[in-house]
Amino acid sequence: MKNKIFTSLTLLGTSMFLLNSCKPAGQGSGGGSTLAGDAAQKVYVAPGTHDEFYDFVSGGFNGQMSVVGLPSGRVLRIIPVFTQHAESGWGYSEETKPMLNTSHGFVPWDDAHHTTLSVTNGEHDGRWAFINGNNTPRIARISLKSFRTEEIIELPNSGGNHSSPFVTFNSEYAVAGTRFSVPPDNFGDVPINTFKQNFKGYISFVSIDKTTGNLALKFQLTTPAISYDLARGGKGPSKDWIFFSSYNTEQANTLLEVNASQKDKDFILAVNWKKAEEYLAKGKGKKVPAKYAHNVYSDVTHSATSTIMTDVMTLDPKDCPDMLYFIPCPKSPHGCDVDPTGQYIIGSGKLAAVIPVFSFAKLQKAIADKKFDGSFEGIPVMDYNAVLHGEVQKPGLGPLHTEFDGKGNAYTSMFVSSEIVKWNIEKLTVLDRVPTYYSVGHLSIPGGPTTKPWGKYVIAYNKITKDRYLPTGPELTQSAQLYDITGEKMKLLLDFPTIGEPHYAEAIPASMIKDKTIKLYKIEENKHPYVAKGEKETKVTRNGKDVHVYMTSSRSHFAPDNIEGVKLGDDVYFHVTNLEQDWDVPHGFAVRGANNAEILVMPGETQTLKWKADRIGITPFYCTDFCSALHQEMQGYIRVSAPNSNVPLTWHTGKTAMKEADDKSQK
Amino acid sequence: MKPLKNVSRILIAAGSLLLIATFFLPIWKIDLWAPQYPEGLSMQIWLYKLTGQVEIINGLNHYIGMAHIKEEMFPEFKILPYFVAGIIILGLITAFLKNRKILIGYLLVLVLAGCAALYDYWKWGYEYGHNLSDEAAIKVPGMTYQPPLIGYKELLNFGAYSVPDIGGWMFVVLGAILIGVLFFETKTNK
Repeated sequence: MKNKIFTSLTLLGTSMFLLNSCKPAGQGSGGGSTLAGDAAQKVYVAPGTHDEFYDFVSGGFNGQMSVVGLPSGRVLRIIPVFTQHAESGWGYSEETKPMLNTSHGFVPWDDAHHTTLSVTNGEHDGRWAFINGNNTPRIARISLKSFRTEEIIELPNSGGNHSSPFVTFNSEYAVAGTRFSVPPDNFGDVPINTFKQNFKGYISFVSIDKTTGNLALKFQLTTPAISYDLARGGKGPSKDWIFFSSYNTEQANTLLEVNASQKDKDFILAVNWKKAEEYLAKGKGKKVPAKYAHNVYSDVTHSATSTIMTDVMTLDPKDCPDMLYFIPCPKSPHGCDVDPTGQYIIGSGKLAAVIPVFSFAKLQKAIADKKFDGSFEGIPVMDYNAVLHGEVQKPGLGPLHTEFDGKGNAYTSMFVSSEIVKWNIEKLTVLDRVPTYYSVGHLSIPGGPTTKPWGKYVIAYNKITKDRYLPTGPELTQSAQLYDITGEKMKLLLDFPTIGEPHYAEAIPASMIKDKTIKLYKIEENKHPYVAKGEKETKVTRNGKDVHVYMTSSRSHFAPDNIEGVKLGDDVYFHVTNLEQDWDVPHGFAVRGANNAEILVMPGETQTLKWKADRIGITPFYCTDFCSALHQEMQGYIRVSAPNSNVPLTWHTGKTAMKEADDKSQK
Repeated sequence: MKPLKNVSRILIAAGSLLLIATFFLPIWKIDLWAPQYPEGLSMQIWLYKLTGQVEIINGLNHYIGMAHIKEEMFPEFKILPYFVAGIIILGLITAFLKNRKILIGYLLVLVLAGCAALYDYWKWGYEYGHNLSDEAAIKVPGMTYQPPLIGYKELLNFGAYSVPDIGGWMFVVLGAILIGVLFFETKTNK
């Protein structure tokens, strides 16, 4: 009986879809009617079992990265990157504050758009994730062992770090092209309407150390002042190149909505970065003063250091022929994606009626044959038809980004017509289309930007949610949809809310990462200057107005848990070492009136919370992470006395029951 | 009574030399499971040391007021290596002397030593499980926490499983060889 009802409902749904699909394009599609019949089974990850993929999803304006399991869509973790995270104390603890240091000082927020996973030979290697800070230009590196941000580098001469942090074929570089061209930092006081003369579009190449992953700003190209929007590294035959989409080749500095949409074609910039390296080796680079922060976190000292750098190597394209070429691309291209073979470059003109596909082989030939269509600020502009493989006709409205399944197909997100379109790269024919809910921005196939796509799913990351979930007032969640792409037709499997606004995301098989994740930090390797490696090492010291508490936490007490002799106006630094050496036993620390946050301390780690003794009296502190059956008892007191009082500095912890049993057995 | 056959002598010598391995392998193990420890916790007892997740087990046991498990708790660790060395030498002597009575004597020594070791282990377990702090956070009336001598036992939220580890089985193998040889010698040399 139930089956019959289900069948008739499905039939009804299908017929409604058929009726709906008779509507003109862009007039809304039948919600959910492309749902696969066995969708629930395909995304169900039974309790106690693991997802097949880790999905690293950018959080947009929340400045963070979330870790989602696929196909379930379950959020596993939020990794704080550019934004303070009160939950763990990231950006609040004394150790992590330097990570958010910039040339502007402490900048505790950013707009994180694009997740990029490290690659070796163009394939995922499961080592690091990178993400860009768009607002105060930065690139961060996240360890896929600790799932923590280990490094952040700021980018000078830049505004709006959007075409970033896409990597080259062996993760030699993560790039950072400025979306808002600006005058050089040291020559900034110019009239805004001198854009064409005085502004530059800097493109930064941040090198990634092969073994440590450490970042360094190797060089910047002083390219023409236009908006560099997105980028992709070449692969295979094109591995020495990286491609940037651009808009505002009109070089407007006001009302870009209109003024940057005038030209019929903007550009994709093709950069031969190997050539750039050659020019640097030949001494063509010029070191110029610059100011930017380079912040590194150490798992050994459990602390970050921030270094302000003072110069940067620049390469002027004028001195470097054959390094840069502009490829005309229709109507303000957004996405600029390279297929897994490295043969095709796909530009997505967001206002264009076609999707152009450029051929890398043709580009090489056209360069050799000098088939140029003039130049732009001295950089050759290629002849459009000489480099074009072909155009996908009537793909949909508002193409933004393209991903690949490794079977010769491309999947392009259509923001305006709110759909994903599947098409064949060689034949340029549209094969399938599915609606998204609503207005898809980025889309992602596991391994989609690599030479070896894992395929299986495509995920749409949407800008608008409207009626998809229970309403929550004016502010709604953003969302993603998961589609099965194993068959000819794409099938909707799941719709799940996301944390923050998802821009780009990359998914990788869980098997490449999960067995390498670390479970705790070894206490004997802890080199924090204020570590207490056991309760015997706990103490309280005074240095002027600074009081340092060398504190330990273990189930379920702090040592010391009674502190006296602190005076009004003192700065008290609680250096809390978690003595546990067991998996999943963090301890928290919170103290009344703290002007920052709490801290969560992982096993074997030391973190410091600074607290101002702002009133005379007794202040309690406690563990915030429910650590054991006696977690509620994990608390203590600190006494603050008048500045002129003679209460001596003392600290104390009671005798534990285990100590008592030890004493008894010794008798 | 005829002297022991060469094959028996070789078996006895090999069996006793097998015990050299017990210097490099754990003798006994205690495995623990709890809802919060689906992956389990494990502690190994060697001739002269403890290994495994002893500190984690200690951390958990402090709630019920148990003493720290530490190597000083086991004065046996100081003599056990000499003791086992003695057993090996006795085995070699038995093989050398070819005398069936001495073989019987050796088997008896081994069995008695095994019993003594088990008793000693039980005694440690009894003390460890009963010596509880009066100030323990969790006190369950009538409850003690003596680990099982051998086999499985539930202790509050933990299931404890106490069995010989690979080194312990070496002694069992030696015992089996001696019994087998004795049986073979008795059968073939009436």
